[in-house]
Amino acid sequence: MSGEAEALLGPHEIARVVRRLAHEIVENNRGAANLVLVGLLTRGYPLARRIARAIDEFEAVAVPVGRLDVALYRDDVGRRPAPVRPSDIPVSIDGATVVLVDEVLFTGRTVRAALDALMDFGRPARVRLAVLVDRGHRELPIRPDFVGKNIPTALYQSVKVRLAETDGEDGVYVMGEEAAHA
Amino acid sequence: MLEIKEQPTTTAGPEPAAPIGWRSKDLLDTDTLSLAEIEAIMETAEAMREVRARPVGKVATLRGVTVATLFYEQSTRTRASFEVAAKALGADVVNLTASGSSVEKGESLVDTVRTLEAIGTSVIVMRHRSSGAPYLAAANSGASIINGGDGTHAHPTQALLDLFTMRRHCGSLQGKKVVIVGDVLHSRVARSNIWTLLASGARVVLCGPPTLLPRALSMSGEPGECEVTTGFDEAIGGADVVMALRIQKERQESGLIPSLREYIRGYQLNAARLQRANPGALVMHPGPMNEGIEIAPDVAHGLASVIEEQVTNGVAVRMAVLYLIATGRTA
Repeated sequence: MSGEAEALLGPHEIARVVRRLAHEIVENNRGAANLVLVGLLTRGYPLARRIARAIDEFEAVAVPVGRLDVALYRDDVGRRPAPVRPSDIPVSIDGATVVLVDEVLFTGRTVRAALDALMDFGRPARVRLAVLVDRGHRELPIRPDFVGKNIPTALYQSVKVRLAETDGEDGVYVMGEEAAHA
Repeated sequence: MLEIKEQPTTTAGPEPAAPIGWRSKDLLDTDTLSLAEIEAIMETAEAMREVRARPVGKVATLRGVTVATLFYEQSTRTRASFEVAAKALGADVVNLTASGSSVEKGESLVDTVRTLEAIGTSVIVMRHRSSGAPYLAAANSGASIINGGDGTHAHPTQALLDLFTMRRHCGSLQGKKVVIVGDVLHSRVARSNIWTLLASGARVVLCGPPTLLPRALSMSGEPGECEVTTGFDEAIGGADVVMALRIQKERQESGLIPSLREYIRGYQLNAARLQRANPGALVMHPGPMNEGIEIAPDVAHGLASVIEEQVTNGVAVRMAVLYLIATGRTA
């Protein structure tokens, strides 16, 4: 990324974090059985795929990966027409352990919307939340189960995650004033 | 690229989604849609199709929104399709027809629309036998007007569902040959299709007996214009899409076609003619069909036909239009 911002996480750190998240998810689940990873569009989805690939490497289990769009479930519908994209959850989630995967956890409103969206696809036995970055400032009682990196931020800042699949490179940036380093 | 956002309030909500190219209050015809708006409808409709394919094909996105269907002319598929679409998005629906409403007591169109607005309707889907009626309504109402067909003028959601169906099968329409055959002169479906197809880079050929072709259209087929021809057998050669239009029997009574039998001989879309089109060419019809007149039954229900899929896609496309218009109103 050009310009003034310096990456808080680069490609190597992101790869390491993804591997750790994969291990934590499998450890918490006592194996990779019955797991379904569901990535939120846009960037949660490629992250979910990376986590699944990591699990496949050390457990030799192909965990199903779905993608979920939450635009139709947002609590600010009508404030702006948000793009809607097709969701795709390739397996039944009834009775499964679903791990929602997102890039940045902020207010928690996207996760709230994702829970509503997920329930339209079935009744999972349990739902966990994995995020690459937790930047704080929750507005709803939602907490992550698996966190890549905690990055305390000020409200006026914004956190940008860039991934090779969607943005051509890997990097986590904090924009606006100087970053409050963890 | 990056933008540094000032977020003065704490209710920042989720990451703002990328801006979407929608700006219209109403949908009156396709000629005023920007390419970005057409793209927004197509992409949103793809997502709506996925919603409809779920076990519970319904979301609550437009809860609290009231949509009225106001039909001064009878309709099966368009009215039902809009109603299903609105309900699938969680909106409430009020259905009005000219008979059985105050229209019979002589209430004017503008008064009816204002009344609907006053009882809390924010989106009105309207069909009227007079060309231009939805424009009058839109100019006199704060509610969003969606044209569900006006006279011989426009039927934008039909054209959009046609475009959506073609794109699902053909991918890009750039350079694809689309032949529209029949009563082009009186067809609001053809008129609205011409705009979206030309905007998508398709080659549009309008075909029919001379009395049913608009005179004002160019015969030349310059880029960005339609080709107009009376010879269906030649026109269908190399076609990627063939769309047959409904022939209304009163056209015969008013002398525009000599006889149905003669029309069938020259312009019916049948299996022999379809052979001349490209392999895999799509057969389309906006419905309701006169099977055996403008289209042969074996073609209407044959492998090349996507006519039922058009109806199914109509719900997704109308959901997309309702979503974009209803959420765009307050944005």
